[in-house]
Formats: sequence, structure tokens, C-alpha cells
Amino acid sequence: MNAWQDLKAVVTEAPVRSSAALLVLLAVLLALPLVLDRYLLSVMILILFFAYVGQAWNIMMGFCGQLSLGHALYVGLGAYAAAALYQHFGVSPWIGLFVAVGVCVLAASVIGWLAFRFGISGTYFALLTIAFAEFTRIGFDHFDWVGGSGGFFLTVVQQDRMDWVNLRGHPVMFYYLALGLAVLGFVVSAWLLRGRSGFYFRAIRDNEEAARAVGVDTFRYKMLAVQVSAALTALAGVFFAFYYNNLFPEQIFHISRSIEFILAPIIGGIGTLFGPILGAAVLTLLSEGLHEALAAAGYEIPGVKQILYGVALALSIMFLPHGIWPAIARRFGFHRTRAEPDGGADGPPADAKAPRPPAGPSQSQSGVPVVSTSSPRGGARG
Amino acid sequence: MPLETILNVVTGGLLTGLVYGLMALGLSVIYGVVRIVNFAHGEIMAVAMYAAVVGFAMGGVDPLWMIVPVAVVFFGLGYALQRGLINPFIHRPEHSQFMLLLAVALIMVNGLLVAFGPDARNVQVDYSLDSYEIGPLLVDKVRVICAAVALATCALLFAVFRYTAFGKAIRACADNLLGAQVVGLDVRHLYALTFGLGTACVGIAGCLLVLLADVTPSSGPAFTLLAFIIVIIGGLGSMPGALAGGVLIGVSESVAGLLITPSAKSMLSFALLIAVLAFRPQGLFGRAAR
Repeated sequence: MNAWQDLKAVVTEAPVRSSAALLVLLAVLLALPLVLDRYLLSVMILILFFAYVGQAWNIMMGFCGQLSLGHALYVGLGAYAAAALYQHFGVSPWIGLFVAVGVCVLAASVIGWLAFRFGISGTYFALLTIAFAEFTRIGFDHFDWVGGSGGFFLTVVQQDRMDWVNLRGHPVMFYYLALGLAVLGFVVSAWLLRGRSGFYFRAIRDNEEAARAVGVDTFRYKMLAVQVSAALTALAGVFFAFYYNNLFPEQIFHISRSIEFILAPIIGGIGTLFGPILGAAVLTLLSEGLHEALAAAGYEIPGVKQILYGVALALSIMFLPHGIWPAIARRFGFHRTRAEPDGGADGPPADAKAPRPPAGPSQSQSGVPVVSTSSPRGGARG
Repeated sequence: MPLETILNVVTGGLLTGLVYGLMALGLSVIYGVVRIVNFAHGEIMAVAMYAAVVGFAMGGVDPLWMIVPVAVVFFGLGYALQRGLINPFIHRPEHSQFMLLLAVALIMVNGLLVAFGPDARNVQVDYSLDSYEIGPLLVDKVRVICAAVALATCALLFAVFRYTAFGKAIRACADNLLGAQVVGLDVRHLYALTFGLGTACVGIAGCLLVLLADVTPSSGPAFTLLAFIIVIIGGLGSMPGALAGGVLIGVSESVAGLLITPSAKSMLSFALLIAVLAFRPQGLFGRAAR
């Protein structure tokens, strides 16, 4: 009930201006396949895919302050789980995705438990996530049931039919799937921010000691953040497997893949709702644009594009330390009037889109959530 | 499996491990003082390896002689990198620093790709195939030389930190930044010097490793990961820890290559890393809870 109210409040309490902009954006996105050609459609799918994974990662890092550099692990595990079930046993991805989510939540729980039990955070936690992803990558290189390093392939069928049950067919179907995922990521993020667990997450992010001192079960909520993030990322993996039809451990689990996933939320604005989406759009368009421009200039030496990309990243992080979205939100008045305290030097920037804390008995005067003896429920588990 | 084979493999791993240790030492020194995790560390080493390759191909210079110019140039490079680029990020959150160094790494890797193409390069000196016979052991001459040079470099670095005024000043910054500032040390300059020392170390390690292994532009990220594994196992910020971690990883890589399959060798390293992080996060030689 509480969860439903939170969800409703996300819709009803958003400023009119933001809601209107959001609805227009959604309508445009829904109509886009009517006008886009095959190439542009694939670019849009890429944007939505990266926006979604960025949102999933953002829950863990942006909201709760736990830096993961190994999200390729969850994409890969999710992809392999659903793809293996489909290819070996003919199980529909709609059922396979539950297995994928289960596997990823289990992996996240193991990593989270190991790390948080022993108080590992910051750089050490990030390196632990890299270690697990790389360990799994090499493991899958030798996992012959799913093709080992030679890759795992899904049977490709005629592209005109849209088989929604088995997710085989035309790119337009995958466009709407990716859009659905991005909307899901947005709604879950908004809901988490609005609810009790979102406040706990941000309390942990901004000052873990203080959060523990006021009674937040930091271990439990860090675990929750990691698990929710992994579960969402698993769905991205399922999508990846059925969209691309081929999986190589070298590609899907690789550290460079993990890094690719987190660029969008960092560039767009970490800890914000729109940051990952905006960042994914900017980066994908930049990357594709550079590709096209270099091709047009007849300058297609491998590596040149990545150098320019690297320069753009460095400039962006130097001059927009909090990301693009907070700057835009401030300029166009998309954020609330209530000023959020800044995260300071040690934490990610304060969320420009943070909703007001809900008025209620569980809220202390200072706005810091107070733990009641009854089980606090955000409703996002599972 | 005959005992000699195992002993030979372990010795080879140990000697290579000392070179790894020198590489990791650079990372550890930088983290211990500047508190920046250098995510471009392996890429810097790949650049040094290519410098040695070029020196050998163009002028026939032995990579062992390339050590001197490479160390000087990389010291300057590290100094400039810290002073110009990284210093404004000292008080930024970790993910910001990570992004900046990642961009630097991306530019380096792809700069190498543009300049040299994707093919593997190496250096074949005329003593490449020589070896020493010590009892049942057959030890490669190159490995012995590389390990000795790596050890000497480490000893030099230890001495600099231990006995010179400038080393003392750097240690003061690491132990008590505020105190160092109060007594009037130029912290920005010392940080840049430290970063320079760290990159000089990894530059020397690159000149040595090019004698033992191939290099491709994409080796950079793999070396970065390797350096991380080593310093975490040894203890981030601990100088003897970096050397010991390097030896441990060198031995475990070669033993895994022998007993399992060569392609699984880094899997064992990652397993070691996970075990250390889970049960002794401060590393084998690190101090608990700073």
C-alpha cells in the first residue's frame, strides 16, 4: 500500500512543467519508429539500452554511493542465463528472465555480502566488482555448455515476423522493448527516490556513519541497492542476448563494457533521474556522430574516434563535474524550488530532482528519516 | 610431473614477479601519498614498452639502456600529468578521478593503436635465448637481468624515501597532510614529484617487461588490472607489499599456466584478489583500518 502511494505520488506530485515535458518526450519516443530508418532506429535502441543500464547502475552508485565497475557481470550473466535456457531447452525469454534476475541477484548478494560484511567500500569495493566480472569472464571462456570463448549464438529467424513470445523478429519490436525497459528503469528509480529506502540510500551515500548513528540498517540497505541494481541490469542482459543473438565472454563481461555502461550516468549527472538518459543520448550521438564525421572525411583509422571520445570525456568531467543534467535543470527550471544540500566533496552531487520528503509520523523535523521499530518497507525488493 | 619442471616454472614466475612488483610499486607509491588511484597505470607502462620497442627497432638500443631516457621522460610526464591535470581533482569524489584517468587511458591506448597498429610487438636481443644452469634449474638470462634491475630500482626508491630530505618530505605528506602544510612543505610540488617517481617506476618496468612479453595497444588495460591485483594483495600504499604481491602473482600465474591452462592464469590471480579482499582487505602487508 505504502509502495503504491509512493508510486502514485511520483506522478501526482511532480511539477506540472516536468510532467508535461516527460509526456511529450514519451509520445515522441513512441511515435519515432514511424519516421526512422533502420540505422537511426538501431541508434535509438542503443541510446535506450545504455540509458536503462545507466539507470540501473545509478541506483547503486548515484543513490546509495556504492561504486561498481563490474556491471558487465550482471548484463553477461542475465544474457547467458536467458539465452542458454532458450537455445538449449526452448524456454521463452519471458520465463528465462526470472532465472536471469535470480542468478544476478544471487551474484550481487554474494559480492555485497562479502564486501559489506567486512566494511569494504570505495576503491576497494570497485576493485572487488571488477575482480568478480573478470573472474567470470575467464570462467565463461572455458564454459563449453555455452560455447566457451568461441561464443554462444541464438538461432536467427526471418526478420519480418514479430514473435513476441520468443523475442525473435523485427528491430521495431526491440525498439519498443528497449523503450519499455527505459521507462521501467525510470519508474523504479523515481519510486525508490520517493520512498523510504531512497532516503536511506541517500543517507548512506552522503554520510554512512551518520546514517548508522540514526539507526539506518546500512548493511541491509546497501544490499538492497546492490540487489535491485543487479536485478534491473539482468533484464538488460536478456535484451542484449535476444537483440544481438550472439554472446562472447570477451565482449560481454569485459571491463571496457562495464566502463561503457557507467559513462552515461556520470556524464549525464550521477544520482539524478534524467542524468543516465541524457548521458546515454549525448554519448551515443557523439560516438555515432564522430564515426560518421570521420568516415565522411575519409579518416577511418582505428583509434582516432576513441581518442576524440576520450578528449570529450575529459573535458566534460573537468568542466561539468556534476554532469550535464543538473546544469540544464537549473537553467530551465525543471527542478524543485527546495534547494538540496550539496553532496560536498566526498559524495556524489545532490540530486537536482529530489522530491520533497513525505510529511508523516516517520519523518523527523530535520528531514532525516527516523527508523521505526516496525519493518520499514520500500516495496522494491524482489 | 617432475619436480624440476615445477621448480623451473616457479623460479621463472618469481623473476617475472619482481618486474610486476616494480610496476605495482609505482601505483602503490602514488596511492600511498597522493591518494589517487591511477587508473591509467598499465597504459603508461604500455607506452614505455612501445618506447623500448621503437628504440630497439630504430637505433638498435638495448631496452636495458632505454631505461635511463625512459625513466627521465616518464618522470617529467608524471610530474606534468599530476600538476596540470590531476591536481584539480584531488578533492573531487572518486568516480570523478576515475573518469579523468580513464579518459587519459583511453587516449593513450588509442594513440598507440593509431601509431603502431594492433599487432603484437616484442624485442629480441641477442642474449634472449641464453640461460644459466644452476643445479637442476635452467634459468633464462634475460629474466635474471630483469629481476636484478627491478630489485635495484626498488632498492633505490626505498633509499630515496628513507634517507633523502625530499623523501622524508613526501612521507610527511602521506602521514599527515595538514601537518606537512603547516610546516610549509610545498604539497603540490611534492605530489607531482611523487607521481613522477611512480610513473618513472612503471616506465622502467615497461622497458624490462618488453624483454619478457609481447606488447599490443590493448595490453594497457590488462596491465592496469594486474597492477591493481598486486597492490591490493600486497596492501595498497605498502612498498614491500607491492613487491611481495608481484612475486606472488608472478608465481601463481606461471604455476596456473603449468597446472591448468595458460589462458586460465589470470583467473587464479582474480581468485586470489577476491580472497584477499574478502578476508584481509588491508592486504597482506597493509596496516588495518587507517
